[in-house]
Amino acid sequence: MTAVAVPATAATPAEQARPRRRWTQHGMLFIAPFFAIYLAFLVWPLLQGLRMSLSSVNIAGTNDRFVGLANYAEAFGDPRMWRALWNTVVFTVLSTVPLVLLGLGLALLVHNLRFVQWLWRLSFFGPFLLPSAVVSLLWLQMIYPPEYGLINGALGTDVLWLGDPSTAMWSMVLTTVWWTVGFNFLLYLAALQSIPAHLYEAAAIDGASAWHRLRSITLPLLGRTTALVVVLQLLASLKVFDQIYLMTGGGPEDSTRPIIEYAYDAGFTGYRIGYASAVSYILFALIVVVSLAQLRLFRKSEEPS
Amino acid sequence: MTKRFGWGRLVLLALTLVLAAAWLAPVAWAVATSLKPETETTKLPLEWIGSRVTLDAYRLVLGTGGIVKWAVNSLVTAAVVTVMTVLFSAMAAYGFARTGFRGRRALLAVILAGIMVPPQVLIAPLFAEMVSLGLVDTWWAIILPQVAAPLIVYILYKFFADVPPELEQAAFVDGAGRWRVFFTIVLPLSRPVLAAVSIFTFITTWNNFLWPFLVSTDPDTMTLPVGLANVVQGTFGLRYAQIMASVVLAGLPLLVVFVLFQRQIIRGVAHTGLAGQ
Repeated sequence: MTAVAVPATAATPAEQARPRRRWTQHGMLFIAPFFAIYLAFLVWPLLQGLRMSLSSVNIAGTNDRFVGLANYAEAFGDPRMWRALWNTVVFTVLSTVPLVLLGLGLALLVHNLRFVQWLWRLSFFGPFLLPSAVVSLLWLQMIYPPEYGLINGALGTDVLWLGDPSTAMWSMVLTTVWWTVGFNFLLYLAALQSIPAHLYEAAAIDGASAWHRLRSITLPLLGRTTALVVVLQLLASLKVFDQIYLMTGGGPEDSTRPIIEYAYDAGFTGYRIGYASAVSYILFALIVVVSLAQLRLFRKSEEPS
Repeated sequence: MTKRFGWGRLVLLALTLVLAAAWLAPVAWAVATSLKPETETTKLPLEWIGSRVTLDAYRLVLGTGGIVKWAVNSLVTAAVVTVMTVLFSAMAAYGFARTGFRGRRALLAVILAGIMVPPQVLIAPLFAEMVSLGLVDTWWAIILPQVAAPLIVYILYKFFADVPPELEQAAFVDGAGRWRVFFTIVLPLSRPVLAAVSIFTFITTWNNFLWPFLVSTDPDTMTLPVGLANVVQGTFGLRYAQIMASVVLAGLPLLVVFVLFQRQIIRGVAHTGLAGQ
């Protein structure tokens, strides 16, 4: 930091001050482009959203009256909002468990099979690279339909996977696990590869069985990764929208509609931007709670080491 | 002992094979369906190969033109978002890591707090903002909000803060200015981390759905996922071979890129996914 080029010989106080100030200005200039975009398209809408959530503004920007907490009161009084919030929580729990466990399981399998790794990685991670619309079209049109869909056709069954309220959410979970487990799989694979080989060699010399090595070396060392994967997965699942919107539109009978779709419907089908902002803020509060829990968790786990 | 070890490996291999087959099956089914004559796509019992293999569906889908235009839109918007995000984030991260000015810590805190804000909760006010700026149905409406990604600044900030400053100091002594040092020394030194965040940004932008879906109603500005979503809503009717041809064409680009650059992509995704912490 001291090495900002100031020729030491010709240093009157005024000249000393100038480079120092310019150095500071440059710092601002480095930050300015990002910060301008950040202010305009993240901070501003965040503040506007809070203001709009207290107003009756519609999508055309008219009828912008202050209504206090009326939007929040309406949201908390609407059984469909509670249903959407409940669906989101149910989806989050139902999807996080298999996404974490299967991600770990697949990573352990692939890590231990030391050949054609590219093929396994392509199989399990490949779907993660598909756009949500591709995944939704594929499962909606060719996998889930009764009769000719791949599942019913292969099993000889005739289940209305997406059309029955008792199976629709499970179908969403299945599609989501297929689509996104590759991300957790990769995080676990990276963590497994960073475990030093000499730990296993020492255990093998001591005669520890494969199962014992897994239980006493691998799994404990994956603890931190697991905490991270779980939190990232919770945050991702709470934000579910695309595949549900595209495959069931929230139905049948509201059995899959997540909270983001409820906000979307209010704002973009019902044109009530103020109400949609209030609903978004309810979800935001939930996400902030999980994020803060995450911060605490990681601060704690970093301290002892 | 050796025998038990061998059996164990065989079981692991069999299990992995079954799982990999299950994971590939939906994609294989899409490809198989797209190659069938339209009249045989819903035939029972299911058959993987129809009476003849035909590229008719692809010819029809490509002939109507939509999908090519959407792919170009996706490529352009994702490329612009990636370049802007990486350049501006790297500049900001360097500014925070290497310069001192009044309020630096406060600004950094404001940006780091933004990591907690999911873009999905901003859709309503952001859309209102785009309406008042007159940007709806333009590429800028798709691009700008995606550039405001504080996580990338944080990752690069951590990286720059850990780079020893000696190299830069040597250049300063030689009379180079801050900007020259940044562009000719710092950026080239950071190529691996820049590649990682670029890959991550490109993939997320290429696949992003909700925001582009809201701000593009005109088929001319739609990205690939948004255009396909319109297909979901029935433009193609019930022509399954064509729908699956669209699915294959839309899914293919990133999968091909993945096969070619597997190592870099895995590092990019894993690094960015983990480095956030």
